[in-house]
Amino acid sequence: MSAQEPLLRVEDLRVEFSTEDGIVHAVDGITYEVAPGRTLGIVGESGSGKTVASLTTLGLTRTQGARVSGRILFEGRDLVALSEAKLRAIRGNDIAMVFQDPLSSLHPFFKVGAQLIEALRAHREVSKQQARARAIELLGLVGIPDPRRRVDEYPHEFSGGMRQRAMIAMALANEPKLLIADEPTTALDVTVQAQILALLERLQRELGMAIVIITHDLGVVAEMADDIAVMYAGRIVETASAELIFGGPEHPYTWGLLRSIPTLDGSREADLVPIPGTPPSLIQRPSGCHFHPRCPYAQPSHARIDPQLRPVPDQPSHHVACLLEVDVRRRLWAELHAGRTPEEAIAAVGVTEEPQ
Amino acid sequence: MSRYIIRRLLWGVVLLVVVLALLFVMFRVLPTADPAKLRAGRLQSPKIIAEIRHNLGLDKSLLAQFWVYLKNLFLHFDLGYSYYSNAPVKELIFNRLPATLSLVLGGAIVWLVAGLGVGIVSARRAGSRVDRASMGTALVLVSAPEYWLGLITLYLFASDIGQVRIFPGAGSYVGLTSDPVKWFESLILPWLVVAAGTAAVYARLIRGSLIETMGEDYIRTARAKGLTERRVVLRHGLRSAINPIVTVLGLDIGVLLGSSVLVETVFNIPGIGRLNYIAITHADFPIVQGTVLVAALFIILANILVDVAYAFLDPRVRYS
Repeated sequence: MSAQEPLLRVEDLRVEFSTEDGIVHAVDGITYEVAPGRTLGIVGESGSGKTVASLTTLGLTRTQGARVSGRILFEGRDLVALSEAKLRAIRGNDIAMVFQDPLSSLHPFFKVGAQLIEALRAHREVSKQQARARAIELLGLVGIPDPRRRVDEYPHEFSGGMRQRAMIAMALANEPKLLIADEPTTALDVTVQAQILALLERLQRELGMAIVIITHDLGVVAEMADDIAVMYAGRIVETASAELIFGGPEHPYTWGLLRSIPTLDGSREADLVPIPGTPPSLIQRPSGCHFHPRCPYAQPSHARIDPQLRPVPDQPSHHVACLLEVDVRRRLWAELHAGRTPEEAIAAVGVTEEPQ
Repeated sequence: MSRYIIRRLLWGVVLLVVVLALLFVMFRVLPTADPAKLRAGRLQSPKIIAEIRHNLGLDKSLLAQFWVYLKNLFLHFDLGYSYYSNAPVKELIFNRLPATLSLVLGGAIVWLVAGLGVGIVSARRAGSRVDRASMGTALVLVSAPEYWLGLITLYLFASDIGQVRIFPGAGSYVGLTSDPVKWFESLILPWLVVAAGTAAVYARLIRGSLIETMGEDYIRTARAKGLTERRVVLRHGLRSAINPIVTVLGLDIGVLLGSSVLVETVFNIPGIGRLNYIAITHADFPIVQGTVLVAALFIILANILVDVAYAFLDPRVRYS
């Protein structure tokens, strides 16, 4: 983490929903921070709580009856405790959000320009003409050709990539200090994905905003993020700078994520390995380490002991919640990195129950 | 778009001819009172009846009668003459159109305002006591027949027979142009009765539609922009939720313009519905045909209007 004063600091955030089936522990005590101008990547599978965490930052889970505890400090103000009116003044102004599916996230019955103008005028006292001129400028900024004509078109007249560019333009309308991008490229073609990521990087350089990018795809954060937080079952299981995560991942779940993305420099023989099993229910969570049912290296005691997020001994900025011992973890990753299967790695390293 | 509308209008004309043909068959082939006998009154000699039948053109073949009717209708816009008063049907209908329009359009405003208001509040507080009370009331109103509701309101509130005499009762209708205040007062009860059931349907419809819309991604986007909840609901939510309402509104107005028979009869409003009711009891075929023709015309036009409105409401809809 950077030594700078954080722009956003989330402290022990918990979000729960009451449903007929029981209480959903969507976010279970997560802590992270983002410095001005930096990029945090939050990575995890669907249902790991990463979207709920960021919607809660904007207070958008309030209408869904969420129970929120902990603190979300934005420039020192606790957003959790803020009134709806004060939070609204921050939404779309200091903190803006881009969503996964640009087609369903834009209103189908309003022109793109009208939706942009509305975003502007929600926070700025500007005339319609000024707002329209700014909307055209913003569409140009995000690389939409012929913005003067496009401003009067409807979302369905835009291509998928153009829609996401329009969404980004709308989020940038009031030059936010923080942009939360929730799976911004997931619904797009691969070639368009790269364009959108490049656009976000360029805009970040030009406007100096901080970005929280939420994704299930480590490939996306590899390109963009300064820091990475890996989420599993509502918790952060590993967090560090991008270099540390990609250089020496410590959590078996992170290994799984890394081994399930294709790389150009990896050996061709090393097959892509999916993580076995499915993400756990957030109502009936596994005992002990929530990942133990899917972890090839889990020991019997891991089903009882709940691991805490702790610094890695020689890397104080690298935190991990894993019950395996450090040197065991590193030898396992070395084997996996060399292309061995988990079974081969276990045999080579000799994973044993750690002393208690 | 204009080609589409012209095509729809031409099909509408075909549909009108089919409706007329069905009417001809229904009233002349199926057993009904003999208009010639009814008209003869107490002078029921076969000779007089035959003469009347000849004068009314009832002695010609059914096909010939239909042909004459169509020819007069399309060439001269002539709907024929009443068997009883000899008054031109066209004039009878036009004279009664303002009353029906007053009743239906005013009623539509009442049911729209009530339905939208209750529906929006219910949707925003789904599951609350307010919601359950509103939807319960709506169910009762949907189930209440109009004539029953009409008689109950007259019994309760009519200035002549009511328990609480606050509104003018049956037969108090005055034309808008002759006395706007009395016109308004006389229509308060009929408007409420016409609107009650429909408002209930609309409240349930808008509630469901709005709840569904408020779960859409673009509502989340609207909130993320920092818009007020009022603006999110009334602009972004309602704008989408209103579409199904527009569909039924067009059709409901179309249907009611031709068939507000019960309410007009209960409140004795001299409209098309009441004209139709009297004509049916007297086997006055030309009037029945005329009123049904007008009703069908309204429904066909309402359908076309709804489809055209859709193209404006939803920019993704394009007719070709």
